[in-house]
Parts: sequence; C-alpha cells; structure tokens
Amino acid sequence: MSLIELSAAEQSRKLAAGEISSVELVQAYLDRIEKYDGSVGAFLRYDTGRAIAAAKEIDKRRAAGETLGPLAGIPVAVKDILAERGQRTSCASKMLEEFHAPYDATVIARLKATDAVLIGRTNMDEFAMGGSTENSAFQTTQNPWNLKCSPGGSSGGAAAAVAADFAPLSIGTDTGGSIRQPAGFCGIVGFKPTYGRVSRFGLVAFASSLDQVGPLARSVEDIALLYSVIAGHDPQDSTSLDKPIEFATPIDKPLEGLKIGVVAEHFAEGLDSEVESAVREAFATYESLGAKLVEVSLPHSKYAVATYYVIAPCEASSNLARYDGVHYGYRSDQAKLAAELAAERAALEEAGERGAAEDLDTPLVRMYRKSRSEAFGPEVKRRIMLGTYALSAGYYDAYYLKALQVRRLIRQDYDKAFAEVDVIAGPVTPTPPFELGSLVDDPLAMYLVDLYTVSANLTGIPALSLPCGASKSGLPIGLQLQAKPLAEETLLRAGHMYQSATDWHTRRPPL
Amino acid sequence: MSLTSDDVEKVALLARLMLSPDELESMTAEMQQIVGYVDQLAEVDTTGIEPMAHAVELRNVTKDDNVAPSLPRGEALANAPKHNEEGYLVPAVLGD
Repeated sequence: MSLIELSAAEQSRKLAAGEISSVELVQAYLDRIEKYDGSVGAFLRYDTGRAIAAAKEIDKRRAAGETLGPLAGIPVAVKDILAERGQRTSCASKMLEEFHAPYDATVIARLKATDAVLIGRTNMDEFAMGGSTENSAFQTTQNPWNLKCSPGGSSGGAAAAVAADFAPLSIGTDTGGSIRQPAGFCGIVGFKPTYGRVSRFGLVAFASSLDQVGPLARSVEDIALLYSVIAGHDPQDSTSLDKPIEFATPIDKPLEGLKIGVVAEHFAEGLDSEVESAVREAFATYESLGAKLVEVSLPHSKYAVATYYVIAPCEASSNLARYDGVHYGYRSDQAKLAAELAAERAALEEAGERGAAEDLDTPLVRMYRKSRSEAFGPEVKRRIMLGTYALSAGYYDAYYLKALQVRRLIRQDYDKAFAEVDVIAGPVTPTPPFELGSLVDDPLAMYLVDLYTVSANLTGIPALSLPCGASKSGLPIGLQLQAKPLAEETLLRAGHMYQSATDWHTRRPPL
Repeated sequence: MSLTSDDVEKVALLARLMLSPDELESMTAEMQQIVGYVDQLAEVDTTGIEPMAHAVELRNVTKDDNVAPSLPRGEALANAPKHNEEGYLVPAVLGD
C-alpha cells in the first residue's frame, strides 16, 4: 500500500514509530499535485520548497527526540480564507489578490502548534459565496471524479484536494453547506461542528452568525483527528464556546440503541431518484447495525433556503463593507476616477443639469464604488445588493426580522426532533454533482442546491457529510447526519459506525 | 412587490457599488426573482416569535483591560493601496 493510501491517523502512527519520514510523505503528495493538479485545479498556491523544508525540520526534531503534536509531519491543505501570517489570503477575490495576512488565524496557529505541514491554499468561491467554486476570480476547480463536473463549493478546492489525494486532510469553512456539499460531491467526509466550537479569529467573515470552520478527510477517524486539533475555546473570538471538546468515548465505539430520525420533508419533490435510493440504502445499513429508524418532521424546513438567503446576504453586505479600497485590498485607478468624474460634471453642466451635477458622487464615494465594482465578482455583488436591499429602510421588518423569526421556528423543529432521536439522517444535496457551467446563469437554481445543508448553519447544530453511494455515471452521493448542539461525539461515532460497515470512503477517483 | 431598475440603482449607491447598464439590467431581473422567492416567508405565522439573530444565544463576553502589544503601524499599513508612514491616503473627502 502506498503512503497516500494510508489514513492520516495511520500515517501519524508510522511517523511516530519512525517507519516513514515526513519528507517522504510530503513528497508523495507533492508528486501527485505536480502530476494532476493541472487538470483538477484544487490549489490556488502551493510551495514545494517550503513544504519540504517544514517536513525536514519536523523529521529533524523527531530524530532529536522531541515530543511532537498529533499531526506532526502530515500535510494539511487550507482554504484560502484563513489568515496565515506573511502569506497571501485572497478569498479567491481580485479584492484581496495582493493581501498578505499580518497574523495567523487561530486555526492556523493550532495547526502550526501541532506541527502539521501546511501544503497549500485551496480554491473556493469568492468570499465563500457559492456552491460550485466557479465564483473564484482566478480558476475553476474540476471534480476529480469527472473533470466536467463541479467539485461543489464553496470549499471545492479543499474537497477536491482530499479526493485527488493531494493531501490527507484539509480545512474548509461552512456557512450554508460549504464543507458538506463539496465533500458530498467529491466522495469524502466533511464536518461542520457546532457553531462556536472552532474559533473564527482570522477567518475572513462572510456571514458571522453562520460561518464555521471544519475538517475534510476520507474517514471519520481522520475527521476526528483534525477536529480535535482545531476545536476549542479561543478568547480572541467572543462567540467561541467555552466547553470541553474531549470525547468521553472513543469514536470507534458503536452506539447502542442509536435512534435515527428520517425526515418526511426530505423526500419531497426535487430529490433525484439515485440520491434517494443511495440514502435509503444507508438507512438500511444503519438498521442492520441495530439502529432504529424513527420518522420525524421538520415542518419549516421548506423555508430554510428563503430564510438563509435573507440572513446570509444581510450579514455579508455588512461584513463586506470593510472593503473600501482604503485599508487593504484593491483600489481603482485614482487619476482615471478623477478624470471620469470631471468629464461627467462638465457634460451635465453643459446640458444645463446643474442639480444632477451637484448630486454627483464625491471623489471618495466614487473611489469606493469603483474599487468595489471592479474587484468583486457577480455573485458577491448580488449578495451585497440583496443584503443591502433587505436591510434598507422599509424592508427590514419584512425580510431580515421575519427571517430571524422563521430561523427560530426552524430551530424549534430541530429541538423537538432531537427530543426523539439521536441523529437525523438524509441527503446532502438534491442531486449528484452537476456539470460545470450548468447553473452559472441561474442564481436561484444554484441557491436551491443548499436545501438540505443551510438548516444546520441557521440553527448552529453540528452536521457531517459521508460518501454513501454513486450515481450510474459514477459520481459520488453523500449522506448527511445532523445532531443536536455539542453532540459531535454522537455524530462522529454514528459516522464511524457507517464507515465500518461500508467501503464508499475507500474508493478513489480514476485520475 | 416588484423591484425597478431605479430601486436597484439606489441600492447600489447604498452598497457603494456601481453597475454598468448591462449589470443593472441583469441585477434587476435576478433580484426580482430571488426576492420573489424569499417573499414566501410572508406566509409563515411568526406572531410572538422572538427573532433569532445568532445560533448560540449570546451573552456579553468581557475580558480584563490589560495593555498588550497590538499590530505595529507599519504592518497595519502594509496592505493599504495608498499610504505614507503614518496613515492611509484617500481622495479628498470634501469637495475636489
């Protein structure tokens, strides 16, 4: 078995035992990246020299008998949205193309402290807005299972990197499904912890009440390994939970008398039949493992997408107001701006439209507007516009406030369901991976892909996406498990149970 | 309710964006479609439901007021598109 076929947990054991070196391991992944990332496009940037130097340093410290962290010498790919000191953090946006972070995000600091090798920065939808990674300002990422298909998004690069064996582990972020959906599309595991479990310090904000950082990997065992490194209280994030993250029971211990909620509303119109049968087969697997299926209802789930696409754009429009062409990021050419304004003024004055000439933007306002318009892509603009509209005078109550009320109703549905069951199981997405380009001209259709994933963000609960099947054309299908807040242990044990009985997670794309 | 291109232009100013005539046209159509979709929230009875602004109910988090080093000025300015040794440079705020 080659090194890259081992789980990260197994690699860690072999590294600790001195059976393999980090340089060998990192080189094996770099070889794959060099060979295949030209066609996959998972990475925005990677630095071979830096990765090998880091691996060498870890091998040296290990040889000197130092005690190293649990991820020592193991490559981890990181979505290009977490600040890494001195490194570019572009969010796949022209706005931050030249931005070099002046400090480490807490997640990055934790990875460094555990001696992980940061192998590269992965592609994403611009500012994490999108579900296909097609909104990146720099490149598209192809699904390793079929290069014509999208890897999903917004953490499409992070998911494709693990699926293509460019790294055993990666870090993504999930605001409405951005870890779970690409994990589902790429046939790997993606985990969104409870809101507040993982620090958001140094995470470039999209929708602060929904954003959560999480791990992607092939197996639930590896997910648990990476999660335990990045999770935990951080005084630098005021929404970080001050709760213990240690598991009381090892996650490879099966759950006795597991009660699985099956949501009637999940199997309504719009669900692809291949996805439905794969998910139902997963239910049967759980039954064969002794779990009991219980029908539950989430009556407000049909409003989840509408609720999300009010709240997320509102928060985004506010968060992205910081990109003003002043403090950091792109600024439109100032001489050109001044000339344009002068020409507009002259034209209006010549036409005798004195009032209109007086109403022209000031040079500062015009600089803001041009800088933002030239540097943001269409989806980011759309969300800023939607959020600004929904928060503007006269619409606030009808949209933002209303959405916050429905958000509570959605949460109450879940609270009721979790009084009956331990986890809720269902599809990750309504369809298998779609073709690149097929939804780009229909933003609403793209939003509807998020049907099953946005509720976990609105309610703050943890959710896990696992490979559970394949379509006739060979594309991965995902199973989503959700649990009540802070029940990560239950969720990971339930996920591990499934992976112990199935082999979907061991399949690899034919690159 | 229907959104006109005039409405969209006003929102663009509020959002500090500037849309080309083509962008204005497509943005108006897309916003009409999306706002039309989210309008379904109106049918939900939310009488007496407390808005939920956050996934975890927040309480005030305080910390001791200790002096600690902050980002050095040079580093804070390093990413600015235009700056001198002391601060950010911007076009004239008042008048030309």
